[in-house]
Amino acid sequence: MLTLDFGFLTPAVVSSYVLKGFVFSLQLTLIAMLGGIALGTVLALMRLSSKSWLTLPAAAYVNTMRSIPLVMVILWFFLLIPLIIGRPLGAEMSAIITFTLFEAAYYSEIMRAGIQSIPRGQVAAGYALGMRYGQTMRLIVLPQAFRNMLPVLLTQTIILFQDTSLVYAIGAYDLLKGFEVAGKNFNRPVETYLVAAVLYFITSFSLSMLVRKLQQRIAIIR
Amino acid sequence: MPMIEMKNVSKWYGAFQVLTECSTQVEKGEVIVVCGPSGSGKSTLIKCVNGLEPFQQGEVRVNGISVGDPKTDLPKLRAHVGMVFQHFELFPHMSITENLAIAQVKVLGRGKDEARERGLKLLDRVGLRSQADKFPGQLSGGQQQRVAIARALSMDPICMLFDEPTSALDPEMINEVLDVMVELAQEGMTMMVVTHEMGFARKVAHRVVFMDQGRIVEDDKKEAFFGSPRSERAQQFLSKILHH
Amino acid sequence: MSTWDWQVFCKDTIDGEIVPRCFGGAGDITYLDWLLSAWGWTLSVSLLALLVALAFGSLMGILRTTPHRGLVLLGNAWTELFRNIPLLVQIFLWYHVVPALIPPLRGVPSFILVVLGLGLFTSARVSEQVKAGIQSLPRGQRMAGLALGFTLPQTYRHVILPMAFRIVIPPLTSEAMNIVKNSAVAFAVSISELTLFALQAQEETARGIEIYLAVTGLYFISAFAINRAFHFVEQRVRVPGMIGGGH
Repeated sequence: MLTLDFGFLTPAVVSSYVLKGFVFSLQLTLIAMLGGIALGTVLALMRLSSKSWLTLPAAAYVNTMRSIPLVMVILWFFLLIPLIIGRPLGAEMSAIITFTLFEAAYYSEIMRAGIQSIPRGQVAAGYALGMRYGQTMRLIVLPQAFRNMLPVLLTQTIILFQDTSLVYAIGAYDLLKGFEVAGKNFNRPVETYLVAAVLYFITSFSLSMLVRKLQQRIAIIR
Repeated sequence: MPMIEMKNVSKWYGAFQVLTECSTQVEKGEVIVVCGPSGSGKSTLIKCVNGLEPFQQGEVRVNGISVGDPKTDLPKLRAHVGMVFQHFELFPHMSITENLAIAQVKVLGRGKDEARERGLKLLDRVGLRSQADKFPGQLSGGQQQRVAIARALSMDPICMLFDEPTSALDPEMINEVLDVMVELAQEGMTMMVVTHEMGFARKVAHRVVFMDQGRIVEDDKKEAFFGSPRSERAQQFLSKILHH
Repeated sequence: MSTWDWQVFCKDTIDGEIVPRCFGGAGDITYLDWLLSAWGWTLSVSLLALLVALAFGSLMGILRTTPHRGLVLLGNAWTELFRNIPLLVQIFLWYHVVPALIPPLRGVPSFILVVLGLGLFTSARVSEQVKAGIQSLPRGQRMAGLALGFTLPQTYRHVILPMAFRIVIPPLTSEAMNIVKNSAVAFAVSISELTLFALQAQEETARGIEIYLAVTGLYFISAFAINRAFHFVEQRVRVPGMIGGGH
């Protein structure tokens, strides 16, 4: 039986190996969330339009992204982006682009459900007041859809945070990688993986508790 | 020139015809009530007036502007045609004041303070000044509908459309809304009102339009309509409505 | 890069020679052989993990709906534990940590560890769906069962579960398709499945696009096949008169 020894994980070790990775994981989550929700909202509006030249490409994009394993999407973009822009791109930058475009597909499904949950009369009321399509969406429909879907959007973001660990496939330096490198250097892989798991758990679990609280509050307002 | 003019308007949902050759008009300052059994197409008809429902045949003109013409700037037209909905359709994520101001600011380009002032004045008028900072969900149905009327008025409409404004209300709240509408009518507002409230029609309507199965069956002066409706359907409808 | 080269799949994996008819003979393996064997690994991992996920997920989901606080707590703890740690980290835990802490597990092949890791990760999601399915049934059903003199387990067995499982088939279908997609993380512990094939073959042949397209296509086909299989089950167990039921 192996005895666990966490003594080597001094603040200095943590800050030199892990911190950088943790910051990147959070950065990746945040950028992909904001970009993904923005792009996802556009995709959702496209899919809900009455023009097939807008609905078809949006539907094809969303369905394709949703049916490929994320690891494969990460590999695809890592392969394709340099071919498109003509020069190599770092794993971290590639990950940011990949996750934004990938998550947009998932966020768009959430926003689509949110938009569809708004009664049609609200749109009619906006139009009846002389608002144009853009104003009706921006001022009336999207704020309500966004508010109704906030818990679901955040839950998806927790999944996104966990999924950022998959940048392992292209060697980007994230939280997991930080622990892995530390574990290799000190020959303590068991301890580092355990601590990594605990850290991911605490982050995800506390975020999901927060979402649950939010959900109850929204339920009361309705 | 009539304020609202409809000529032979027909509309289909796929193969199903909801409106057949509907023609009527509303003169400036006139109040007309549109009634008929449910499913008769009256709600669809009134939504054709401001182009919320597209129609395939015929012509609708509001203040001389053709609604069906693809070149017409519909949002610009709608900005001056007030509409009140069956389910109020206040914006639940905005306070009452914001509900009143948003379109004045974003559509008419009024300043925020001006829009707020005008909103408060109209709230006063419908007797709800004290509710200004509440949210729609905190108001009763009757109060919400009065706010909705104030919201439509805040745009300085040249005419008002009412789509069954009292049919989603509890009976004890119907009168507070009708009172506001009566007052509006007496001030000379041009109004087209889809409703079953025959008391309202008797009091302020100039003409009554009766619809059945997507057709305008009767279009009479109020006195003639209540005196002796010509069609059997209208007689049946009236006796049902008035005796319950 | 401008032209396709699908012949890459006919190449021998050792000397890079193109093998006629694309399949290698005795001792020789072409990329096509390797691709198909990798597909086999992906399917094996997915299907076995699915069984693990359905077994543990159903059990935990059921426990969470019982009136016993202890069982509810166990089900909740299980679900939160396996839901809040990234799949890849869980796979590493099974591969690096569990055998180190529990010596008898040292000889267990990594294939089994990955099946357990992927299966238990997914069991948390299955448990959520099963719980939601049971709770969506009218409460009167449970009471009717108990009122007939059934014990609680009998009520579950004969009254609640038969309906609950029909209700959760659609969400379980998408979880099953997710398992196929998630099995891709097995590459990280050197299971020779599709993603590992993609990574390695791409490096060896420099024909990344052809390799990735083939792999992506096989993932599509696998997920679609699972989708059809679940639909078939859904049709077979339909209850007449229920929403979406037959006549």
